[in-house]
Amino acid sequence: MTTFLGINLFALFGQLLVGLINGSFYALLSLGLAIIFGLLKIINFAQGAMYMLGAFFAWMALSYFGMNYWVALIVVPLVVGFLGILMERFLVRPIAHEDHLYSLLLTFGVALMLQGVFTHVYGSSGLAYAIPEALQGGTKLPFMYLPNYRAWIIVASIVVCGATWWLVEKTRLGAYLRAGTENPQLMQAFGINVPLIVTLTFGFGVALAGFAGVMAAPVYSVSPEMGSNLLIVVFAIVVIGGMGSIGGAILTGLAMGVIEGLTKYLYPEASTTVIFLVMVIVLLLKPAGLFGKEA
Amino acid sequence: MSSHREKLRLDGVHAFYGESHILHGIDLHLNQGELVTLLGRNGSGRSTTLRAIMNLVGRRSGSITVNGTETIDLAGHRIAHLGLGYCPEERGIFASLNVEENLMLPPAVRSDGMTVEELYDMFPNLYERRHSQGTRLSGGEQQMLALARILRTGANILLLDEITEGLAPVIVQKLGEVLTKLKKRGLTILLVEQNFRFAAPIADRHYVMEHGHIVEEVHAGELQQKEALLNTYLGV
Repeated sequence: MTTFLGINLFALFGQLLVGLINGSFYALLSLGLAIIFGLLKIINFAQGAMYMLGAFFAWMALSYFGMNYWVALIVVPLVVGFLGILMERFLVRPIAHEDHLYSLLLTFGVALMLQGVFTHVYGSSGLAYAIPEALQGGTKLPFMYLPNYRAWIIVASIVVCGATWWLVEKTRLGAYLRAGTENPQLMQAFGINVPLIVTLTFGFGVALAGFAGVMAAPVYSVSPEMGSNLLIVVFAIVVIGGMGSIGGAILTGLAMGVIEGLTKYLYPEASTTVIFLVMVIVLLLKPAGLFGKEA
Repeated sequence: MSSHREKLRLDGVHAFYGESHILHGIDLHLNQGELVTLLGRNGSGRSTTLRAIMNLVGRRSGSITVNGTETIDLAGHRIAHLGLGYCPEERGIFASLNVEENLMLPPAVRSDGMTVEELYDMFPNLYERRHSQGTRLSGGEQQMLALARILRTGANILLLDEITEGLAPVIVQKLGEVLTKLKKRGLTILLVEQNFRFAAPIADRHYVMEHGHIVEEVHAGELQQKEALLNTYLGV
């Protein structure tokens, strides 16, 4: 039952599951990046650090205040999002009229500083965060064992990504966002406070990273480098999906996770490179990305 | 003219884009229900006058009163809420929104705006194409959408920039009918227009601009006697 046509199904499904889990995090992080890039045209290099903050805040909340996972899942993204709002208001906005390279370097600097502070205080070895009681254990499926917490990651990520997509593409608030991306001056002339929308959007995009961080705390080790390791891959995913495309970021994130998982099964040596290979091919054939609009 | 009917007043308005000084002390006023045009050659500062009213220029000074409120120090996003509707020269239809989303986009600034049904009644083409991407409409349809969009908000002062530019005569005629209807409803309209033959029959007054100044004010009744003068200013 465990092999079919010479394929080790246990190993294959195991890797696909890992791929989907990674894909869920890729999707959440690249979605946040895509939203921020879409409106501000800023590449937020601190997105990985905000993910790391999310995980650390969850750990700190539990260790210092006894705040459980479920409360942290709500509170921590709000706190991280608020930090994002402060960052936009006091660091990004003052240089918004300069070349975007400046804000990219600024967010990169913020990321390095946060990483440095947490390395100094907590070291780089990583901290453990227990899986919440309600999601311990797992389910035995025909070809694999599915840990409950991992199933939860996939479901929660898809729900949050789907809700965000709906908010941006189908609601009036989302219409403000899309129109503000296109022509902020005219939106202002219509009586809409565009700078406020920019600030809130930045906060929301960053909060998504914080949410991903809390979700990650029980499965990955909570360490200062967890964000920067992931961010490079996430950038590649945003490029593949198309800069600023909301749906593109979500689908590409999940798909790249699965492709990475498949590669781990078929040719493990290539698993860390395969996403970059896809990125090169997409850039050569469709420079605007799979879901991006040609300029 | 009694001042309580005055909807819009500019006193000594200067406007700048960076180092460029575009408007050099504009004085004009619009009374309720008036349709007034800004005439002049390209680059005379007509569009900039509208943009200055909406606070879309780099810097502005002087005094701009909208429905009785001084706006010169007001943030850009607060100005529309005094009852202004602005239709830019490039029409500003959003490509990422469909026709209906474009129509519903600007927030209501007063309570008595036209309903969506009334607007679809006025512009049946928009109803038929309400699910199309905004920028896939023809130029004339985009213009109607840009106009319908600000009528929905209840704005009672309209700033319209070159709405007939590049459109077929039949569409221009339709727009003329719409403006006449809006005037009858009591809306106050400031119209930047190149097409004098379009503007002449529907307007109450004309301001002529040159090099960022208002050089002449012509009432509808004086058109014939000032025709020669207008021709020199407009170069027609």
